[in-house]
Amino acid sequence: MNQDILVVIEHLRGQVSDISYTMLAAGRELAQSTGGSVVAVLLGHNSQNLAGDLAADRVLYVDHPALADFTPEAYQKTLAGLIGENQPRAVLLGHTTIGMDVASGLSAQLGLPLVSSGRSFTADGKFISQICGGKIMAEGDLPGPTALVTMVPGGYKPEQGQSTQPPQLTEASAPALEGLRVALKQYIEPEVSDVDIAREQLLVAVGRGIQNQDNLSLAEELAEAMGGVVCASRPVVDQGWLPTSRLVGKSGKTVKPKVFLAMGISGAPEHVEAITGSDVIIAINTDPAAPIFNVAKYGTTADLFDLVPALTDQIRQAKSG
Amino acid sequence: MNIVVPVKLVPDLVEELTVDASGSALDTAWLRLIINEFDDHAIEQAILLKEQSGGQVVVVSPNAEGVEDMLFTASAKGADQLIKLNGDFEDGVNNHGLARALATLLRDLQPDLILTGVQAHNDLDGSLGPLLAQYLEMPYVGYVSGVTADSGKVVARKEYPGGLIAEMEVTLPAVLGIQAAEQPPRYVAISKVRQAMKTAAIDEQEAATLDPSGGPTVSRMYQPEATEQATMISGSEDEIAARIIDIFKESGVL
Repeated sequence: MNQDILVVIEHLRGQVSDISYTMLAAGRELAQSTGGSVVAVLLGHNSQNLAGDLAADRVLYVDHPALADFTPEAYQKTLAGLIGENQPRAVLLGHTTIGMDVASGLSAQLGLPLVSSGRSFTADGKFISQICGGKIMAEGDLPGPTALVTMVPGGYKPEQGQSTQPPQLTEASAPALEGLRVALKQYIEPEVSDVDIAREQLLVAVGRGIQNQDNLSLAEELAEAMGGVVCASRPVVDQGWLPTSRLVGKSGKTVKPKVFLAMGISGAPEHVEAITGSDVIIAINTDPAAPIFNVAKYGTTADLFDLVPALTDQIRQAKSG
Repeated sequence: MNIVVPVKLVPDLVEELTVDASGSALDTAWLRLIINEFDDHAIEQAILLKEQSGGQVVVVSPNAEGVEDMLFTASAKGADQLIKLNGDFEDGVNNHGLARALATLLRDLQPDLILTGVQAHNDLDGSLGPLLAQYLEMPYVGYVSGVTADSGKVVARKEYPGGLIAEMEVTLPAVLGIQAAEQPPRYVAISKVRQAMKTAAIDEQEAATLDPSGGPTVSRMYQPEATEQATMISGSEDEIAARIIDIFKESGVL
């Protein structure tokens, strides 16, 4: 048992994900309260080059062909061995499509406590998690002896976890990775769309508050009047009202327009993480407690069904006048 | 294929959430519970698989206010068997405790495939699916938005950011965490749910003593203090619209 903080680096097809740098920054804060080191854990195959800009005291690297791409089972087996050998004070994993696939399994396999949706740590080492769609924060002592924590973005800036000094790299050996029951068959590229919302300067975004598919025309008319494009949060795309190419959020696109107009979007963390690069966010939501108002620059609790037609009319008048 | 779908109810986020007098838990007195939306997608995916390749779908949920209605709705959609797990769930149990209780029950059901929501918005100790998988010694893949059955295995389409999909071949029996079904959860008319109430039976099972070890202890729960709060615009619709147009102009998009 030591006081180190292990940070499990996430990467996809040769690119380190932003959450990895965010977690390195979180790990640094936590290590200051425990008095340990920040140790980045990098699993891959011929992936040493990904360690170059990790702001860690050292990097534990495991190379194995079965780790070339993420699969939950191979990752969990490898991480279970590393955690057992190193016995750190905490292990940070992404609250992501990668980290979430292994964190709970590791907790059950190793009998170690798990905290999910961790956003930041206090100076005295308490965890702060963000739950209930961003509406509730939960705080508590970091459980022991080794706490597993899945981290959401927002608490630290990714740049805080980047370094120009390459860290010291130590290779660790992989466990036997045979007889695996999960295998990657292939990647399927996202469908090519006529519109790339990641490049648009004006986005009209709709969320659950739009209520039904027919009401989408309100957003479409506004976008057309302004020369913008309609995009959506997860519930709208899951209903099949808009294609996946228009999805903004954790499993969709990250956007950075000049103006992001959020209509009927509550502001769940999975969505918010993908819009914070916008220059100006304007939120329309009848719920004054909606978390979207914490990231928006401007907001109104007016009913979108009254406001949006008025807005479209005025823009049309301004353009024709 | 024998598919089991563990589901649970969660607070409806449309309602206002408040923290109780202890300061470390949600006030449950006025809490309205609804099905975890990802669990709703798991039910849909299970029924789609059954329609494509046969088998049966068992939906199981821990007891909570409204659980019967939720189970009968699943029956109206096509679930074959409904199970309510009774136990000390009133004060809320974490996923570690629920997964241990469900694992005992699920072993007897001998499922080929377990589909459950990839997460719930109030999870604080990880998600249910991978905990279940570990206790049942099955493989797990999460963030799945489509499943194709093959003999002795399934191909799960796992979502990555930006719309990238990884096709994962998973040996059965297995647990999958569902992000979205291949089609939106089907709508069922209330008359069909009422009919299910008359014809379908809910099998009640007793959970052993719940063991929540593995989750954190919360000492303080609170609503986030906004570090940056939006400048609120009020007035008539026309006034608000005019102000928004000014902002568009200032931002150079109009």
